[in-house]
Amino acid sequence: MNPLLLTLLPLAAMTERLWYALPLLVSVSLVYAATRHEEVPDILSHAWRFALWIVVFMGIGALVVQITTWTLR
Amino acid sequence: MAENPSQTTSDVPEVDLRNARLAAFLAWLVPGLGHLYQRRTGKGLLFMITILGTFAYGMYLGGGRVVYASSTRPPIPMGISRQAIARAFENAGRWHYFCQLPVGVVALPAYVQAWRVESGKAPLDLFGDNFERPPYTPLDAERLFPNKSKTERDAEYFQTKDFNEEIVYHATEQQKWNHDLNYNFELGTVFTMVAGLLNVLAICDARWGPLVALPPPGEKPDNPGTDKQESSE
Repeated sequence: MNPLLLTLLPLAAMTERLWYALPLLVSVSLVYAATRHEEVPDILSHAWRFALWIVVFMGIGALVVQITTWTLR
Repeated sequence: MAENPSQTTSDVPEVDLRNARLAAFLAWLVPGLGHLYQRRTGKGLLFMITILGTFAYGMYLGGGRVVYASSTRPPIPMGISRQAIARAFENAGRWHYFCQLPVGVVALPAYVQAWRVESGKAPLDLFGDNFERPPYTPLDAERLFPNKSKTERDAEYFQTKDFNEEIVYHATEQQKWNHDLNYNFELGTVFTMVAGLLNVLAICDARWGPLVALPPPGEKPDNPGTDKQESSE
């Protein structure tokens, strides 16, 4: 197997722990959005956009860590 | 009107904060209660369910052991000597509690339990399990349970069994909790801390109303009522 892909194995083994982020993602985005709007549809649409931003931010963070792992080998 | 910038004119949805300071206190006491008092029922229920749900899930993950105060003494250095600063850090041992405390009444028993243990009294038996009590040191256990033998105290508070049924000895009960709960102890701590910090946002919302960003000139605002009101001030 490609040695670069081998470095992803520990990450894959811990993937199930990422599910713990889901309830946090939901509650943080809903509460944050609720502090900026009064109407439920506005809150839900803001929460959805905010949750997507968090996921993108987490993805970028994971990518940076992975690239650092590759470059430090 | 000047005190309540989120109140709006009659042609737009109103945000009546009623007694905003009382609402903020209620929002701290029980997440969402301040909003229910302000008759913002939807938001109140949303805050209550999400924040208390996050807190409860954290407690579940952490086996009910992740919310406790290490001391009732404030972590403020009394002087600038090295000893004073070291003592302050010692008192702030469980600094996570400062983030958990804003969740309100559900985090308050931890303070009472820490006070009782510091005073040499046994912690209250809440929910059948010394709810939110701090972990014991061997000295605490000896002071609180003088009638029990050292072997009994060690077996109850400082020993656990591993996968091979071998006894594992721990220096403090906190180490035992960390060993037994593994990464769930950290996860539970994080969840309960996030719940407390989220309630800070909810308290601010109860006190000052929704935080609305002013749109650029000529752009339609998300919340026309509140934006219009704020831009006119």
